Amino acid sequence: MRITVASGKGGTGKTTIATSFAVYLASTTPAFPPLFLDCDVEAPNAHLYLQPRFTQEQNISIPIPDVNSESCTACGKCVQVCEYNALALLGKTVHVFPQLCHGCGSCVATCPVGALSETPNTIGILEAGLARLQIDFARGVLNIGEPMAVPVIRQLKKWIQPHADQTVIVDASPGTSCPVVEALRGSDFFLLVTEPTPFGLHDLKLAAQLSRELNIPAGVIINRDGIGDADVDNFCNNERLPILMRVPFDRTIAEGTARGQTLIDIYPEYNSQFQQLLDDISRNEKRT
Amino acid sequence: MKIIITAVSPTIDAAFDPRFGRCAYFVVVDSETMQWEAFPNSAVDAPGGAGTQAAQFAVEKQVSAVVSGNFGPNASSALNVAEIAMYVNKNQGNIRDVIENFKAGNLTNINVPTVKGSHSPRGQA
Repeated sequence: MRITVASGKGGTGKTTIATSFAVYLASTTPAFPPLFLDCDVEAPNAHLYLQPRFTQEQNISIPIPDVNSESCTACGKCVQVCEYNALALLGKTVHVFPQLCHGCGSCVATCPVGALSETPNTIGILEAGLARLQIDFARGVLNIGEPMAVPVIRQLKKWIQPHADQTVIVDASPGTSCPVVEALRGSDFFLLVTEPTPFGLHDLKLAAQLSRELNIPAGVIINRDGIGDADVDNFCNNERLPILMRVPFDRTIAEGTARGQTLIDIYPEYNSQFQQLLDDISRNEKRT
Repeated sequence: MKIIITAVSPTIDAAFDPRFGRCAYFVVVDSETMQWEAFPNSAVDAPGGAGTQAAQFAVEKQVSAVVSGNFGPNASSALNVAEIAMYVNKNQGNIRDVIENFKAGNLTNINVPTVKGSHSPRGQA
């Protein structure tokens, strides 16, 4: 089973929930620790809670076109075919904008005179190793200044495959754009962490819409419960989105997470809450 | 001189649009004869690379200069390669006012971007 934790709004507690869930799974079934994938490649931070020791790494690159100005006839076909506006015909030369390029290769395939070739451009790195409680841990890290997270996430998911029946916890990035869609692809359940504020609700609506469009069952965890208003509750009731857990707004939790502890470490009572969560997810997951 | 000015609607009396890559319309105008023509910006909703598309448009229209409120890094590097001058207009007013200011030499000529790229890493990619 593959469970993706996302939120829409940033800072709602995705990583707190995802890492706590992983620690719960690993401590209750030590013979079958889960695989944890930190897909928030622009700002991965799950390692702070799970303390992996990285033993494998791999560079991630995308192929960027190179223009051979000797053979280029400035016909402009590559410029027209590029979906991402990464090429421009300026005077007699084709100019490449590497940060806009998605590495799809259409320009190279289209060039009638073979004036384009591809050079790999490194945009990030993948790292994997064992974390606490023998959790299989892997993450992608996008290089600073690189705008494209999706290829790193896609490669991370391909690079580390779960073994048979291993539960996979995917920590996604905030938002509901391409990186979250890529992290979510192939999941059996979409766990939405939100907070009961207008900001939490605004982004929860977008995330709920994403779950409907991708046809992946979803459930909600309300973090910092007790602040804000009842609008998130009302929205979930109206949309028939099950509220699977509530985590109160609590100073001890804030102090614990600031020290790198999971909910399980801070309050062992959360073991039974995560047991209940796992049961609820198993009942609701996508049947394939 | 043939120039492009970014506009919110397709006429020479339109309000000035301060965005280059994401403007609604390009008004191509000859500053001497005041002959003009307006074109919709085909890349206004592009997921990325609107600046390079706008620069490509300026190259195709064979203009000598473009006037906008801000230029991003891709637009600015493309316009530099194409040797098209960039002028920044910070005044209010319609396209005719911008042309007057351009002719009077009141606009700042730049060759570096005025804003950072908007290819938002956390937003709509």
